[in-house]
Amino acid sequence: MIDNKSEIELKKKSILLSKDILNSVVEKFGDRIKVIYDKRNRSKIMVDPEIIVETAIFLRDNHGFDHVESASGTDYPKEDQIEINYHLGSYVNPDLFPYVLVLSTKTNRDDPKTNSLINILPSVEYFERETYEMLGVYFIGHPRNERFLLPEDWADIPPLRKDFRLKGR
Amino acid sequence: MSSLDEKIDEAKKLSMQIVKESDEDKLMTLSVGPQHPGTGHFRFIIKLDGDYIVYVNIDPGYVHRGEEKMCEYRNYFTNIPHLERPVIHDSANITYSYSLAVEDLIGITVPRRGQFLRAITSELDRINYTLYWLAIYGIFLGHSTMFMWPAADRELVLDLLERLTGHRITHAFNIPGGVRNDMPNNFKEKCLSQINYLEKRLKEYEHIFYNNPLFRQRTEGVGILSKEDAIKLGVTGSVLRASGVPYDIRKVEPYDIYNEIDFNVQYMKTCDSFARAYIPFLDVRESCHIIRELLDKMPESGDVREKLLSNIKGPPGESFKRVESGRGALSYHIVSDGTSRPYRVKISTGSFRNILALPFLLVGSMLGDMPPIYWSLNYWPIEADR
Repeated sequence: MIDNKSEIELKKKSILLSKDILNSVVEKFGDRIKVIYDKRNRSKIMVDPEIIVETAIFLRDNHGFDHVESASGTDYPKEDQIEINYHLGSYVNPDLFPYVLVLSTKTNRDDPKTNSLINILPSVEYFERETYEMLGVYFIGHPRNERFLLPEDWADIPPLRKDFRLKGR
Repeated sequence: MSSLDEKIDEAKKLSMQIVKESDEDKLMTLSVGPQHPGTGHFRFIIKLDGDYIVYVNIDPGYVHRGEEKMCEYRNYFTNIPHLERPVIHDSANITYSYSLAVEDLIGITVPRRGQFLRAITSELDRINYTLYWLAIYGIFLGHSTMFMWPAADRELVLDLLERLTGHRITHAFNIPGGVRNDMPNNFKEKCLSQINYLEKRLKEYEHIFYNNPLFRQRTEGVGILSKEDAIKLGVTGSVLRASGVPYDIRKVEPYDIYNEIDFNVQYMKTCDSFARAYIPFLDVRESCHIIRELLDKMPESGDVREKLLSNIKGPPGESFKRVESGRGALSYHIVSDGTSRPYRVKISTGSFRNILALPFLLVGSMLGDMPPIYWSLNYWPIEADR
């Protein structure tokens, strides 16, 4: 059977760890950062678009978040916004192995633009290119905001926007 | 001057322009794929200076099917059959993390016997995928025995999977809440005997493939991906573990039953193509060990699934779950708005993350080293394109 004591200790450790990280980030950036949720091994913070690069540098240098597990966007037409999520993970800090921090920001839907994290975390390269073509978000500083997975002659709106409808559905 | 002479003059001028050499002209452009048998449905363009690769541009997307968009139009159960299409040989793992993410969203736990059955299917599929990959790796290094043996032995695993799930590939066995049905009566004995046989064969594999001078010469010291670069590029799975980072999701963030299973994380520190080819093989050996342990510890009876409504509604929120597949971390990010369909599904696959290392490794190496490097990345184009 599961060793309950070690399970509880692991849980405590993960709670302390996420508290520690979130507190340090909030302390550094103040009210420009909002903690959305803090679950076991998963936390999400929402930052202002202007400070996303500084936040990523801070998280990489102070806590060891050195790669992205995933990066994507979600379209919210009712709020007229697109949310961009980076799922950050760590390969250097063994305490952070099970932990995934979602660094997210919002941008205007009509002219979606955000700063690219490619110089801080090179692993975002293809994820950002995919987000550019699937949601039309332009990443400032990314060398190749261009076609990636879609056909070369694609001439429609970005397909993961909510106003793009599948045929027959 | 006649018009013919004019034309000849013009042609001469043109040919002079073409012959005029610049640095760019010395390079030869080569398009590898998508029809090339060595790449699968994937193309990359390389520029060669003599025999050395100086530039690589990858061009995926030939098998992009819009899985993420399709998810938004189907409910949580009807998503299962199309989600396993990107990687049909490893379909248990790609539906595993989806089911975990949906369960996390709804807030249910799977019955204990169901968790064991999931893990068994997942490990069998890992073996199935790796044998298939090894077979193709062999044929592209000109080792046809290496193609025949794993392709034949894979049938044993497929028979087991057919017995357990009803299908050789694309089982649709994992569903949110558990697995579709219980295992048949004589499965345990059959599985143990096949696994015993497979372990004997693995010893022979090691002898004939991994100690083979031809194989070693073409892979050892080729395509070095140092630990720092592997971390920087965010690669995953066997590619990461071959660069000396012992990171296996089954160990670092155990899901379902894996925290009760005793196994070792396989990793090497040589960072070359040989290590990347050897790690999946070591994983297969470890999987045989895990399956035996799972069959041993499995409860005799019990439910295998939590019964859910067919159009179950998740509360508004999001979840992010990952499993260790045959090609590394496979994660789902599901956003729910409280309806019976997911609002947004993002699939992050190991292949998509590992291919970032391809231009990095190929630039500066020789053209002859391209096949061993490309196949050592454990890349499955269809999974990367989704």
